[in-house]
Amino acid sequence: MTGHGKTALKIVLVLAAIGAGIWVGSTVSPPPEVEEVEAPERRVPRPELPEDYREPVTEHPPPRSMTLEYLDVGLLLAALAAASLLALKWRSRAGIFVLMVGCLVYFGFVRKGCVCPIGAIQHASEGLAGGFVVPITVLAFLLLPLVFALFVGRVFCSSVCPLGAVQELALVRPLKVPRWLEEGLGLFAYIYLGLAVLLASTGALYIICQYDPFVSIFRLSGNFQILVLGGLVLLVSMFVGRPYCRFLCPLSVLLRGGSKVAVTSASITPDECVQCRLCEDACPYNAIRAPAEPTHDRRTGKVSLGLLLLALPAIVALGAWLGGLSSESLAGTHHTVRQARAVRAEESLATAGMSDEVEAFRLTRRPVRELYDREAELLGQFRRRAVLFGGWVGLVIGMKLVLLSMRRTRTDYEAEPGQCVACGRCFRHCPREHLRLARRRGDVEPEEQTE
Amino acid sequence: MANKNDNATEKPTRRDLLRAGVRGAALLSLGAGLGLGVGALGKRSSGDGRVWQINPDKCIQCENCASFCVLTPSAVKCVHATGICGYCELCFGYFDAAGVQTTGAEGQLCPTGAIHRRHVSGPDYEYAIDEDDCIGCGRCVEGCNRDGNGSFYLQVRHDRCVNCSQCAIAEACPSGAFVRLPATRPYLLREPEAS
Repeated sequence: MTGHGKTALKIVLVLAAIGAGIWVGSTVSPPPEVEEVEAPERRVPRPELPEDYREPVTEHPPPRSMTLEYLDVGLLLAALAAASLLALKWRSRAGIFVLMVGCLVYFGFVRKGCVCPIGAIQHASEGLAGGFVVPITVLAFLLLPLVFALFVGRVFCSSVCPLGAVQELALVRPLKVPRWLEEGLGLFAYIYLGLAVLLASTGALYIICQYDPFVSIFRLSGNFQILVLGGLVLLVSMFVGRPYCRFLCPLSVLLRGGSKVAVTSASITPDECVQCRLCEDACPYNAIRAPAEPTHDRRTGKVSLGLLLLALPAIVALGAWLGGLSSESLAGTHHTVRQARAVRAEESLATAGMSDEVEAFRLTRRPVRELYDREAELLGQFRRRAVLFGGWVGLVIGMKLVLLSMRRTRTDYEAEPGQCVACGRCFRHCPREHLRLARRRGDVEPEEQTE
Repeated sequence: MANKNDNATEKPTRRDLLRAGVRGAALLSLGAGLGLGVGALGKRSSGDGRVWQINPDKCIQCENCASFCVLTPSAVKCVHATGICGYCELCFGYFDAAGVQTTGAEGQLCPTGAIHRRHVSGPDYEYAIDEDDCIGCGRCVEGCNRDGNGSFYLQVRHDRCVNCSQCAIAEACPSGAFVRLPATRPYLLREPEAS
């Protein structure tokens, strides 16, 4: 089969898989939503007002129109398509940079960083758990980058994400992060994703949004903690390329997975690698992997791999157990649980005075039993999901150990697709790229391209 | 690949086949997983947006609205339902009950003097809120709800709100008064009962 035929077949198969998933998934039922206000008790009767009196009318301005929201989705789609062409077809670093700045201005400063695909993970989690009706536009913001990652890799990260753009612009002098530190810190993103899904699905809080380091930059306002956090991440980004993307971003976990097995992705050169080593230091994000032979010999490698695979279930079980233990404190992030605890403390006369939470509960005039029942229900949810979360953390750590001890041979310099954000910095470092461009301009005769 | 010509003639090894198989399977299952998510969420989604709002029945006027919004001043403002207002001369939302009851700054509850008082007729006074001055603290709301008709209440103003995924005030609200509403019905308004 020809290369083109193979790619086309792959694309058709992936589309079929997505379609099948949609068909199976659409069997769930939507949750209800009701919210009504009662007219308050009238203590003072309405007076007789003069006939010529005209009551002032309070306008209630509508939110941003849905047309504009759909337009945002269109812009995201257009930006992703442009990013794919720029990174894979036109191979233009300048173009990627311009697109990145454009997206920073629009999705960052104009739209003030909301809604973003990273945060939309939480909407989807809460939606899947049945607590929230997800607007289609928010869903599109999450899914478009993922779909693109499955076909062309992490083009969203380089050219469209405003958080990535801030870090990329801040980068002054990239230091090389040692591989062991890179792999270790990279685990935090997986743990952060698990935690975000756990907290959002229970309706407790959207932790990704709360600790978004750059939202205060986009909004030019924010509280002290968030400004300090943003400043710190920005400072680190001056010397470490994209620290948020590499070590924290929960969306990067999903995009990384998609990009690793993507139909195609950005490459240092579309031609053959001549192993000149000129691209070795081109990537500030540690995505370029040098040719390597396995360092350990085959037999010891097999033994340690076998042992690790055997230990994997134990690591997962340990994680799940620890997760279960932490469920009580995790549940404290939920407003209703906090309120129930405050009311219980007040009832047992452990606290003096009434906190806002207790006062709020008293004003509802609902029975305490009801609050405690709801708390128990939530605690059960947290217990089950914290076990899953712990198991996930165990699985992530275990799998990382397994993958690190697998034998890998690499003959060429390659951009590791999971790690590569398709920023295009390495293109110009490759002599083959210069030759390719020269050939296209007609400066070099085709027969001159002998090695 | 450096030795492309050599490789091209070689048959793929078992390892190559296995790797390609695993990659393909992973790609397809990720695709299917993605679709599954889309399908499940499709039923739980809506073409309509969702916006934040305050249920005035649950609000306890703790003043968090003034300080927790990502915007300064807050997107939460006091609105006035004149239809249920009693037009009181001694408005519980306007005057500081503990202080001197004068219309000067020292006698007003509102820390920014955002409530404008105007005489209508006899003992009846009209109250209007200058939204640009209002900081959403809800002190007037507390007074009006405690002793008056409750015509002052807090609402998220959608010309100001940037509609964060997670509203920072909702997170800090002690009474769980923040709700998400369909964008087509973005306010929880107090209306006079139909007579």
